[in-house]
Amino acid sequence: MKLREVVAELGLEVAGAADALDREISGGYASDLLSCVMARARAGNVWVTLQSHPNIVAVASLLNLSGIIVTEGVSLDPATIEKADEENIPLLTTPLTTFTVVSKLAALGIQGVD
Amino acid sequence: MVKPKEVTRVQELVYELKIGDVMTKRVVTVTPDTTMAEFKEVLRVNRISGTPVVEEGRLVGIISLEDLIKALLAGHIEVPVRDRMTREVFTVRAHESVVEAVKVFSQKGVGRLPVVDEHGNLVGIITQGDITHGLLKAIELDYHAEEISRYRASHIFEDIVSDRTSLLLRYKVNARDFTRGGEASSKIKRALTRLGGNPQTVRRVAIATYEAEMNIIIHTDHGGEIVAEIQPEQVRILAVDHGPGIADIEQAMQPGFSTAPEWIREMGFGAGVGLNNIQKCADEMHLESTLGVGTRLQIVVYLQPGENGLVGGGDEASRSCC
Repeated sequence: MKLREVVAELGLEVAGAADALDREISGGYASDLLSCVMARARAGNVWVTLQSHPNIVAVASLLNLSGIIVTEGVSLDPATIEKADEENIPLLTTPLTTFTVVSKLAALGIQGVD
Repeated sequence: MVKPKEVTRVQELVYELKIGDVMTKRVVTVTPDTTMAEFKEVLRVNRISGTPVVEEGRLVGIISLEDLIKALLAGHIEVPVRDRMTREVFTVRAHESVVEAVKVFSQKGVGRLPVVDEHGNLVGIITQGDITHGLLKAIELDYHAEEISRYRASHIFEDIVSDRTSLLLRYKVNARDFTRGGEASSKIKRALTRLGGNPQTVRRVAIATYEAEMNIIIHTDHGGEIVAEIQPEQVRILAVDHGPGIADIEQAMQPGFSTAPEWIREMGFGAGVGLNNIQKCADEMHLESTLGVGTRLQIVVYLQPGENGLVGGGDEASRSCC
């Protein structure tokens, strides 16, 4: 499944790298601890988190993640959006909680890394 | 919130490429005195759907298949082209950007545009197909250029002969500079990829370097330095800082142990697994630290020379970090 379809299904707002939504999603990962993401998330995963500072883009870029979904309507740092555009990492936002987002992703057939 | 899209390479090329670069220079033409019946043969033989009308080198009109059909329906097949041609011709110049032709095509709905010089002499013709062809060719050239530079980068260790060649990359890392967090590791990752590194190996180096870089940002008083030494058989990352030093290295290696203050933890850092992540990704890890002096962390990831390049694969299957 492509990120673009997830954006449509979950009604996500695209905040950064709007033209990089055609990547295939390899699975999903959810955590707010960056070192855990570094250790566990796989290339092509979509990452669900509450974190919103620019470093999430660095993490996603280093791991070649397909995109970041920032939950609970957290307002994004403008530097985060800028970096997402620069690194071509789609940055998506939603008022939904992490739990809800993950369950909806699972319903779409996106699986965890375990 | 959505920022204006980045300009794509094609958009750039539409401005960079000149009409003269993509136009067809050998143009099939007719004269005003050519009959419509002869014009029909010109179209058939050349498999084209229209031509400019030229008199002594000067463009005087344009005539198309559509004009021919209308002439046929009206029974005017033996009249000269001058009676059926369009005299008001949109033209472009060879030195103009391709975008100018794109504009005329989209605004005027014409299929072909004669290209003229400053005296009104016909020098070429351009269709939308020529533009597409020209863009594809330019993109292909870009691609080849990238391939060649990638090839050169990946052969650096073969082309430069010494008893022991290595590439040294140095990055200064500032304490508490979270906005630039991950910059050094991103650049090292890019360099290794450019050198032809196996994606899994590059990923291990990137993760280990990221954790080392964040440790300098989060925990040091005055920042430090990251040095990546790329050799044909290994990548050695050295992360050095000047304090405060780690009190108990064994404790620091325990998963979950962290001295990060609350405000840093709120950003998702300081989970206390950074050093573990490094260890999982590294083939060798050496950590030395003296309280009040500083910390020196050395990470080594082995490479296997690939067939063409410097950086090869490795035994990845057993690694839980990747």
